[in-house]
Amino acid sequence: MKKSVFFGAMTVAALAAGAAAAGTLDDVKARGKLNCGVTTGLVGFAAPDANGEWQGFDVGVCRAVAAAVLGDPSAVEFVPTTGKTRFTALASGEIDMLARNTTWTFSRDVDLKFEFVGVNYYDGQGFMVPKALGVSSAKELDGATVCIQTGTTTELNLADYFRTNNISYEPVPIETNAEAQPLYLEGACDVYTTDASGLAATRAAFENPGDHVVLPEIISKEPLGPLVRHGDSEWGDVVRWSLNALIAAEELGVTSANIADMGAAAGDNPEINRLLGTEGTLGAMLGLSADWAKNAIMAGGNYGEIFEKNIGENTPIGLSRGLNAQWTDGGLLYVPPFR
Amino acid sequence: MTTLSDPPKGGFRVSILINDTRYRSYTFQFIALIALIAAFAYLGSNLLANLRAAGLNISYKFLSEPAGYDINQRLIEYTSQSTHFRAAIVGILNTLLVAVVACFFATVIGIFVGVLRLSNNWLVNKLMGVYVEIFRNVPVLIWILIIMAVFVAVLPQPREFRGDDATASMFLDLFAFTGRGFYFPRPYFAAEWATGAIGWLTIIALLIASFFGARALAKSAAATQEATGDRPTTWYFTLAIWFVPLIAACVIMGLTWELPELKGFNFRGGIYARNSFIALTFALSIYTAAFIAENVRAGILAISTGQTEAAASLGLRPGRIMNLVILPQALRVIIPPLISQYLNITKNSSLAIAVGYMDVTGTLGGITLNQTGRAIETVLLLMAFYLIISLSISAVMNVYNNSVKLKER
Ligand SMILES: N[C@@H](CCC(=O)N[C@@H](CS)C(=O)NCC(=O)O)C(=O)O
Repeated sequence: MKKSVFFGAMTVAALAAGAAAAGTLDDVKARGKLNCGVTTGLVGFAAPDANGEWQGFDVGVCRAVAAAVLGDPSAVEFVPTTGKTRFTALASGEIDMLARNTTWTFSRDVDLKFEFVGVNYYDGQGFMVPKALGVSSAKELDGATVCIQTGTTTELNLADYFRTNNISYEPVPIETNAEAQPLYLEGACDVYTTDASGLAATRAAFENPGDHVVLPEIISKEPLGPLVRHGDSEWGDVVRWSLNALIAAEELGVTSANIADMGAAAGDNPEINRLLGTEGTLGAMLGLSADWAKNAIMAGGNYGEIFEKNIGENTPIGLSRGLNAQWTDGGLLYVPPFR
Repeated sequence: MTTLSDPPKGGFRVSILINDTRYRSYTFQFIALIALIAAFAYLGSNLLANLRAAGLNISYKFLSEPAGYDINQRLIEYTSQSTHFRAAIVGILNTLLVAVVACFFATVIGIFVGVLRLSNNWLVNKLMGVYVEIFRNVPVLIWILIIMAVFVAVLPQPREFRGDDATASMFLDLFAFTGRGFYFPRPYFAAEWATGAIGWLTIIALLIASFFGARALAKSAAATQEATGDRPTTWYFTLAIWFVPLIAACVIMGLTWELPELKGFNFRGGIYARNSFIALTFALSIYTAAFIAENVRAGILAISTGQTEAAASLGLRPGRIMNLVILPQALRVIIPPLISQYLNITKNSSLAIAVGYMDVTGTLGGITLNQTGRAIETVLLLMAFYLIISLSISAVMNVYNNSVKLKER
């Protein structure tokens, strides 16, 4: 009798500790703050500015979700993670979502038990070398010393690429982008390899970006997107549709300039009305307020605005939309309808 | 029949477990043990339940799957197609390599500094004091990072060796000291039958034979000395015993040196000691040497000055006093803390990842953990590994300690 009480108590305690992981939406609301995992610092994607405010393309996603859930884009606690620590941080519940240039792969989705809610940047792995080396193709890199971030898809792609091309290399594993820069610039590595967007962002931060070239080969597919833990579909839906709202807003022509007018009263376009909550009950279905998407878009503008402001052609990083244009412009961005 | 001490009457009552002093301590120890087991069982079941709730399970199957990543420093055959298990072994060997090399240098430097710290020369004495205080009081991680940063920044990179206007050149055309590491000439045997391990095994066998030969010679010399009072001069025989077979073997097997050479992006050929390996070993050695120096100093100071004076009054010279009287006794004080310094080196070597050295924490506990998501499994394996290594070091050093400690008869 006593024994069964003891074991009963034990199981309850164990289960209770487990159950706390579910219901992330309620946790975030109760906390009044979203814990969002980002990079340790990659200008353009996620890095604190001179005032200590986090800025960037991935940061924009965090702020949009915080605005959708809590109505306040600044109600975010940014948690810097390395390639190695990010998944543990998410799995353990230290962060509610991860937006850190993270590639959607089968094993991360299925085996590591995460849920990628979408893609916010279609990317691929590239190589950067100093111009002075006179290298024009990745196939010429036989025997080179290559800096790579550990715990990434980058190191696996790299191993595959060099093996299939039958060339050798010397990997130098490093933990963060910030550590890689001095090693590469001082010549301890001949080559730096990571996602092409990351290379552009890293190069833009150099004193003389013109001294370095990105080689033409793109050796992998790297769909980068935000992710949450498996098993909490309500929360997954919230993050997924917050991202979708940003992309749909661009497609529908909703911008931070006109959203105040468009969201004030129902207009002619029913999809915009449903998106901005002037018609229908999409917000309530998510467990959010009716103006959730309006808040998300107002946080930093629609997808295109966030892109242009942080990594677009008029920034030092200078990425063109390419694959990341709307499907109507020949890109891959195509969100399911808001209805 | 009456016995003098009748057992207490009334047989067993529960209260005697507490009230009877013969049982009380057992009772409490038993209760504490049960509580401890229950606590661990609770933690274990909590863990399993949480894992189940998160849809995870404990499984070591990943160890036999291909690792998929490359490792720069491998002491055994390894490619990205090898298994995670093999990657772990590569890491373990790298850990052991740093640990052994760092223990060796730490001991040598530590004894040197510890003895010099007791020097009567004011300058030497103070310099060694400064060394000990600087290295002992800054965390070893900081030392590792500083040394690596200086290494990479100060030494020339391979690109500076290249071209007609090269700003750096090889030392004597034999050694290359670059920011990526040091390259040394590599000896190998050109004779066909002696390539690979066979040549080296031959050399080792010869050295062992020479060792016993030299010992036999010394013994016979001692015997002659006992008998006649005259010790025959044997040093040239000893030299011959050591070197003649060695040189002959090297010539027969065709000892050749492979020199490092700048080819493409990097130097190729020769022995390559990576910057991460050098920085890590160097930092661990000089850091731990500071502690060992203090142990050595304490050990020497523990021998009363009366011993030195007595030895001196027998006419022994200071060097012999140190070697024959002080050190043998001081070792008894020095060895036990030295064991824990060796353990520290081994455990601190797990800071390797700070400079990208692929020790077992970097392979199994780093990339494998991250790519497979098997955090609990890999961490348990890591704990087991460090535990086994630490206990083995302790065991070996304890055997040595027992052999030098005071024998009480
Ligand atoms: N997409 C790859 C690589 C992600 C990655 O590590 N990216 C780098 C450069 S694009 C980064 O974000 N570094 C920032 C940091 O070091 O915190 C993955 O998911 O494994």
